[in-house]
Order: sequence, then structure tokens, then C-alpha cells
Amino acid sequence: MSSSRILTSGNEAAGEAAARAGCRLYFGYPITPQNELTAYMAKRMPEVGGVFIQAESELAAISMCYGAAATGGRVMTSSSSPGISLKMEGISYAAGAELPVVIINVMRGGPGLGNIEPAQGDYFQATKGGGHGDYRLIVLAPWGPQEFADMTGEAFELADFYRIPVMVLADGLVGQMMEPVVFRDPPRRELPPKDWALTGAEGRAARRVVSFYIGAGVLAEHCRKLRAKYDRIESCETRWAETDVTGADLALVAYGTSARVCMEAARLARQEGMKLGLIRPQTLWPFPKAVVRRRAEEGMPMLVVEMSQGQMVEDVRLAVEGRAPVGFVGRGGGGAPAIAEILAAARALRKKA
Amino acid sequence: MTERIIIAGFGGQGVMTMGKLLAEAVMCSDRQVAFIPSYGAEVRGGTANCSVVLSDETIHYPFLAEADTLIVLNQPSYDRFRSRLRPEGLLVLNSSMAATDERIEAGAGRAVLLRIPATEAANDMGNVRVANMIMLGAYAAARGGVTVETVVGILQAELTGARAHLVDVNRRAFLKGQALAKA
Amino acid sequence: MSKGYHRPAVLTATPTHYCAGCGHGIAHRLVAEVISERGARGRTIAVAPVGCAVIAYDYWDFDCSEAAHGRTPAVATGIKRALPDRLVFTYQGDGDLAAIGMAEIIHAANRGENFTTIFINNTVYGMTSGQMAPTTPVHMRTATTPHGRNPLTEGCPIRVCELLATLERTAFLARGALNTPRRVREAKRFIEHAFDTQEQKKGFSLVELLSPCPTYWRMTPEEAMEHIDKELTRVFPLGTVKDWKAGPA
Repeated sequence: MSSSRILTSGNEAAGEAAARAGCRLYFGYPITPQNELTAYMAKRMPEVGGVFIQAESELAAISMCYGAAATGGRVMTSSSSPGISLKMEGISYAAGAELPVVIINVMRGGPGLGNIEPAQGDYFQATKGGGHGDYRLIVLAPWGPQEFADMTGEAFELADFYRIPVMVLADGLVGQMMEPVVFRDPPRRELPPKDWALTGAEGRAARRVVSFYIGAGVLAEHCRKLRAKYDRIESCETRWAETDVTGADLALVAYGTSARVCMEAARLARQEGMKLGLIRPQTLWPFPKAVVRRRAEEGMPMLVVEMSQGQMVEDVRLAVEGRAPVGFVGRGGGGAPAIAEILAAARALRKKA
Repeated sequence: MTERIIIAGFGGQGVMTMGKLLAEAVMCSDRQVAFIPSYGAEVRGGTANCSVVLSDETIHYPFLAEADTLIVLNQPSYDRFRSRLRPEGLLVLNSSMAATDERIEAGAGRAVLLRIPATEAANDMGNVRVANMIMLGAYAAARGGVTVETVVGILQAELTGARAHLVDVNRRAFLKGQALAKA
Repeated sequence: MSKGYHRPAVLTATPTHYCAGCGHGIAHRLVAEVISERGARGRTIAVAPVGCAVIAYDYWDFDCSEAAHGRTPAVATGIKRALPDRLVFTYQGDGDLAAIGMAEIIHAANRGENFTTIFINNTVYGMTSGQMAPTTPVHMRTATTPHGRNPLTEGCPIRVCELLATLERTAFLARGALNTPRRVREAKRFIEHAFDTQEQKKGFSLVELLSPCPTYWRMTPEEAMEHIDKELTRVFPLGTVKDWKAGPA
């Protein structure tokens, strides 16, 4: 019996991983399907001498994160799709002020109030800005409670290392389901000192944590600096997992719960003599363009599977640049795509290729 | 080997507790497990349900179109989920609160049926809330893989302080379920 | 005691961008004086608003954060909860505090967040060029109430101190004005008491300051000062609204 394995939901695993990563400041607002995470932090933060506030809104919660992160603390908020829309204001500010904030989105069906089923309709919002202005977030995409915990822990390292907001983009299933989880320390990095943090200017020059650059050319210069940072992240932090892609008839491309559905589709496909590989992006930004391009250059057809009407597929097509056929199976409005549909699309795509 | 299980009943019958306990017990045996609580509007409609997938291999696909095992604690749950049970699957039925139909009992590919008067037996034990443990004991008798020692170990870790005395009635309920299944 | 003008240590020498006759300069100076006098530079963290005072931090030599429009109290909450021993204050205008940020100020006050808010009420939006504020008096003309604020369609001015006074966890609420030397001295005493309230961990404190905006009141600076006495103090009565030190009202 492995005593270090515990059965826990993705939401609670993420909360515990955050606490273990040194998060001592959590600000949130209830919304399904991530309520277990907020409740976990309400219990856990006081136990470790941290701060929990149930904010009056997601707008307030993310701004509390801004203030707390500005003091140099490890800070987190969590929500689900409609709540993340509200947080976009503060996320843009944090991106502009280069504040390390960890944001969890346990996606549900949309648009609007949508429903509370697992969904992946917030890909565009997470990876293409979402808030106003010219910025990027690091976006990590777990496909189960274990990875939700691992990625949440590492999100704090990435956020501090690059001085950037990091989003962990889970979905309702990854948040709600329980699986055995082992808590392990994220790879530790040598982190830069927080010589920008607001702590009171005793014995030093006063500091500012702002995103307002009104002088002529100042914002342009700031954005150039951000671009250089984003380039560095693209070259160093892009992550993906490949399963049985080499020699496959075609590659499924999927993340999160969709990728788990794809694994089952691939298993069933083998029974009918069709070999399906899986390319699973683990960072959605930076998107693993290089691997998709390399596989496309080999002539590998791609079938993108999403719990949306087609969002990540656009990034796949941009990376493929017409070198290989790209198909899509998706389902809007929450819920997992049907395996039969994936198999039918795979058969059709294989014929075409 | 992979087993896909649906557990259903009405809110308050301890369906989620039972599913989680089963999942934890399986985890203790170093097998793989995924537990999905049903959440949201349908839960509030009166029927609580959850699913547990057990396997000797990594579980990639946590959903279940078809269940190998169906554990139902009341009639509406039976009515709702009976069609999801695969032919010759295991049906553990709380016969105090649900009756079966022709197909399940006699049709082609009829179910392996365990009728357990769990609510009555729990009432006889003086605590109607342990009906879920009786059902779990009955399931364990049929499928194996879950021992009373493991279940008691998990309960001892979870029921502490003022609730510690509940471990014993749960243990007895589990054993009662095993006995009813074997009778 | 020297009677010469001295710049407080924590007020920078940067010339302000404010219009002639604006009250922000006076309020900035009062805050700077109080912080300098209590030797609090090294433990002060301020949160600047969005509005005319958006770059208030250019004029103060202590640590400062910005906030999205209206979220100023939420940012201050994050700072103060992370560093409970620092002297934290927000500096907010009437749009920031009483329109877009009304939820944030009410809930920060209701939680009894132990920081101080300096609330500049000049009854008009300045930075965006003279639109109606939540505190705009009835019948006052603004860019968005060209025929005067109509109470039937635009409501009546919100009295922030009185509103917050209903919340049990507010510790000190007072309204002053920046239009005469005597009033300015009183405003400074309010700010001192608000910071004392915070340093003694008594809970939320707010000082509202009626402040002239000659540009968007379309007045000379002198007329604007008189307008505060003649008109505004009738809508917004001056004085302490709530004080933990005075005991229950």
C-alpha cells in the first residue's frame, strides 16, 4: 500500500499543491465547478498561517491578488469561465505590471452563464489575451488531478521565475473527478530576487508596481521588454506529450479531458487496425508549434479534438501551414466529444490523406 | 481488468460517500481508480449518482457509456440507470426501496442480481444511514477486492473525535451486507 | 516653530500636472506631511486610483501601487493582508470610489479592513473631461448632464461617509474640505486620526475631502472655493460622521 497516494479531486489537489508551493494568499469567489478549491483554501490557508478572503466579486478577487502579489507573496485565485471573464480586467493589469499571480480556470460550458458541464471553450480567452492589450499568460493544461496538482505547484515557480501571471486551464471533469494523487515538489528554479516588491521603502528608494506608461515611447519600450520575455518563454517552456505518434496513421491533437477521450479512441481504433497517435499540448501558450510542424512535415494528418466548436485547431493549422490535412471533432456546450465521432472522422481523414 | 460502476440513490443515502469509500479501498490495493461525483442541477433533482472506474492499468477514459456494475439504492435510480447496465452485468439492488423488471431478471443477457434489503437491515441495526455500507459489503462479497479490514482502516482515519464511535456500526453494516449477499 | 514653507520629506519636487486651483495638490501635501511627521515613509504603501490622481505616486516618495479603476480598496486589501504592519492607504476620487468601485469600498469597509482611504470628492469626473459623478449635486451641469443632473433620471448625490457609517466594522469616517486654511488644518487632523486608527488596528478609516475643481465647475479658483461653502457643504455636511474613539453614537 502506497501511503503517499491520496484519493482526491483535482480541485482539492490543486489547492493542496498551491499550499505546498508556498501560496499563502488566496482570494476567490464561489462558482461551480471549482467550489471545492475555494472551500479547501478557506480551510487550508489559516492552517499554514496564510490569508483566505472570499471576495465580493471576481473583479475584487483578482485585484486583491494584484495587491498581495505586489508585496512579493505567492498568490492565487481560482474561478470558472464566467468568473474568469470578470478577472480579465485584473489579469491584464497584472500582465502589464509583471506580477506573478497564479490563476486557475476550471472551465464550464459557455457562452454566457452556459452550464456547469466540463468544457474547453475558454482556449481563445486564455491563450490569445482575453483581457485588453498586448500580453501573454503561460497557460498550463492538466488532464487529471495528478497533473492539476503538479502544474499548480510549478505555476508558482514559473510565475516567479518570469514575473508573469500563469493560468492553469483545467475543465470541470479534471476539477471534479477524484484519482490517486501523490504530492511532489515541483522542479525548483533559482528565482530572481523580488527587488521590485512593495514592502515599505525603509532604507531604499521608493518603488512602484504599475502598468501605466504614459510618457512618449515608454509603453512601446515596456512592450518590447515583454515581447523578449515571451520569446524566452516560448523557447524554454513549451511542453507537450506524445503517445504512439511515430508510425501512426494520423495524430490526434487534444488537451485536458479531450486527450483522455482520445486515448480511449486510440485504443478502440487499434482493434480495427487503425493506428492513432496523440499529441497532447501541456502548455497551450506557448503552444507546441514545433512538434506539430515537425509531424506535419512528415506528412502526418492531424485530427484535433476539443470540447469546443474549434479553438485550438486554429493554432494547429497555423503550425501545420498546409503541410498535412487537419480535421476537427468538437463539441460545444459542455461535455466530452463522442468516441464514435472521433473514430469516424479519423477513418475519413485517413482515407483522404 | 477494468470494471466500470455506477452507484445511484437519492440525496442523503450516502451514495457519494459509498463511491469514494469504494474508490479509496481500491486505491489501497494499489490498483488504479477514478471516481466521478455527479454534480450540479441533476443532483438537486433528487437523484444522486457517481461512477467509479477500477482497473489494473492506467485509466485514461473515466467515463462510462455502459456499466459493468450498477448499485442502486432506490426505484428512480433503478429506472434511470437500468438501461446502462451491460448484459450479464452485476446489479446490486436495495430491495427495500426498489423492484426490478422482466428484462433484468429474465431477459437475454439478464443481470447477475443481488437483492439486498439494505434499508430494512440498516433499520434493524438502529441506524438507517448505514444502508450504503450494507450495499458496499454486498458488492464486495460479489466482486471481491474490498476487505472489511481496508474499509475499517479508511473509516478510522476519517471518523475521529466525536464521530469515532460510528466506525463500529459501519463495520457491522459492511459485514451484514457481505452476509446477505452470500445468503 | 518655523513658519516658512517647507516641502514635506516624502513629497517629491516633481511639479504636479493638476489644473490651477485643483485640490489634489493640497490633499497630496497633507498626506505627505502626516507621513513625514510620523516618520512612516519606510512602512507606508499607497494605492493610487484611476482618475486625475492616477500618477499621485509621482509626487510621493514612498512605495505605491496602482489599481484598476475602482478596485483600489481590493488592491489595498491584498497589500494589507499580506503585510499587516505596514501603513496602507488608498487615494481615490468620487468616480473611482463611489461609481465603479462602490462594491469594493463597501466590502472592504464591511470587512473592517485595517487601511485608510483618502476620498477626494470634487463632484465631477476630471480626467475624462467633466462628466457626472455619483456625488454631482442635483441640477449641476456636466458633460453628461448638459441640462443639469436630473434626480428623476440620474438620482441624487451619494453621501459616502453616511452610507459607510451603517456598516458595523467602520472605525472612523469624517468629511472635511480643502477650501480655507482652517478647513485644511482640520482635514489634516482627520488624516492624522485616520492613520492613528489604522496604526492602533481599529479597522477601516476614511476621510472624505470636498475638493475644488475650477476647470469642470467652470469657475475661477476663488469661485470654486466659495462654491464649496455655499453649495457643497449643504449637500455634504462637514465633520466627523463616525469615530471609534468617541464611543457608540
